[in-house]
Amino acid sequence: MSDRLTIVVVEADRDRAIAIVDALQGSGDFDVHVIGNVASLARRIAALAPDVVLIDVDNPTRDMLEELTLASGPLERPVAMFVSGAAGGLARTAIEAGLSAYVVDGLQPERLKPVLDAAIARFQMVQRMRRELVETRRALEERKVIDRAKGLLMKARGVGEEEAYALLRKAAMDQGRRVAEVAEAIVTTAGLLG
Amino acid sequence: MKIVNVPVAYVPLVDAAPLILANEMGFADAEGIALDLVRAPSWSSVRDMLAFGRVDAAQLLSPVPVAMALGLGGVRQDISAVSILSVNGNVIGVSRALEERMRAKGYIFDFRDPSAAAEALAGAVDGKLVFGVPFPFSMHRSLLDYWIEATALAPIDYEVRTVPPPLMAQALADGDVDAFCVGEPWGSLAVEEGAGALLLPGNAIWAFAPEKVLAVRTDWAETEPHLLGRLMRAVWQAGRWLKDPEHRMSASEILSRPAYLDLPSELIDRALSGRLTISGHGEQREVPHFVEFHEGAATFPWRSQARWIGRGLALRSGLEVAAATAASAKVFRSDIYRAQLKDCGADMPGASEKLEGSIRHQTAVAAQSGRVTLLPDTFFDGRIFDPLAE
Repeated sequence: MSDRLTIVVVEADRDRAIAIVDALQGSGDFDVHVIGNVASLARRIAALAPDVVLIDVDNPTRDMLEELTLASGPLERPVAMFVSGAAGGLARTAIEAGLSAYVVDGLQPERLKPVLDAAIARFQMVQRMRRELVETRRALEERKVIDRAKGLLMKARGVGEEEAYALLRKAAMDQGRRVAEVAEAIVTTAGLLG
Repeated sequence: MKIVNVPVAYVPLVDAAPLILANEMGFADAEGIALDLVRAPSWSSVRDMLAFGRVDAAQLLSPVPVAMALGLGGVRQDISAVSILSVNGNVIGVSRALEERMRAKGYIFDFRDPSAAAEALAGAVDGKLVFGVPFPFSMHRSLLDYWIEATALAPIDYEVRTVPPPLMAQALADGDVDAFCVGEPWGSLAVEEGAGALLLPGNAIWAFAPEKVLAVRTDWAETEPHLLGRLMRAVWQAGRWLKDPEHRMSASEILSRPAYLDLPSELIDRALSGRLTISGHGEQREVPHFVEFHEGAATFPWRSQARWIGRGLALRSGLEVAAATAASAKVFRSDIYRAQLKDCGADMPGASEKLEGSIRHQTAVAAQSGRVTLLPDTFFDGRIFDPLAE
């Protein structure tokens, strides 16, 4: 029984995995392994006999880890989903950050805390980046739709670009809707009218 | 009236229909609530969201709250199954390689007889048989255990692995599993993608198996009884609406939308109509009561169903059977069901326990008022489960 904690990170995305491993290595002396989403996930993990398993809450292969909580052999150490117990608040923070942790039965909360703190910080950052990416994509999509609506208006009304945009903005103001929504309606209708 | 939002987690499956339709058909609105539906990528995340209070209600595999009450699976939280969301609706399927070997020996895939299917499967197995199920605690696993133990499959070397439903067809095609038990439409998808053939509907093993439950935290049920009632009534109304064959097309179309299942409506309609395509040869099979949302007091949470589930889990996990069976009965809340649905016309059986497997034909039984008609609930091997025998 070594004193170093063995941590398994389940993460298919290489860059994300590296970032999580770096964060963990920076916060203590841990033995960290990364496994992608593989068919025999539970058995691969069991072979490493980890103290802690970290996985994204939204990872669809998470259910495969549930088998780990059912260790039945005398040599197997059951793993509990880290939910209740002394560090309940920490568990909630982890889930909110999009991280779920499976912890070997009987692991001291104080040994676990630095691991989770480091992982939570990393996951929160990833979550923020994801949200920003979604926002950026949406903004791009909206700009495309607005551009197309402007083009349609310019052609239909024989006006310039600025005037077309002013028309859009006025319609949005009058109807209490967002410019992008009005643009969307124009593009859809134009599609129907051929 | 101010509309109250109730966050509810679900997994994209045909049997999430009552939750989705409660919103879409205005039943939630009529109760002054809106179901804030959270589509989950896995059952563990549904369970955690409910346990942690991210949602107030959830669609759950019927054995999950029972397993939690028995201390299995690592998450401790008192969960109540306040009604059954759906009965039946699973299929067992086999890989192309197994299908070919079974056909070569003359098996005709009747999609009906579990004993014959087990015999044909046992005769085609080469070495170890690996089954995929969506979750360690699931009716899929309970039905498999029951079927294997009582048939020619019993002596076979087999293993059960967890595979998330959307990945099941791929796991079968890749040879990670040789066979599966999964909820629709994922079995039909495996057939569509040429990964395998369907061997049995779940209800061939147990004719009336509680598949999914409407689950809430027990403390939430106690502090929000009024809201819980509105939620239960809206979902119950949606189940009744789903029973009407006239509504099938609309239901398939709504469920198929990108926000929900994001799959072709034709694939979803197979489960709702009970007309399944079972192989790449295009063979079709009709299955009465393939999935039920209302008929035969389908939504009534019988405590005897919970006991049957708990007993199976205890046997599998090495728990003390009598204690586990008794603890399980408390999870299915027929008391809450009676209190909350008494005024909306729901069928109320007189008893809360029945001899599971004893109803061979549609039967009228005593009810709190009038009579309730129950559908057959037999097990394929004719055994009867007496809830009070333990």
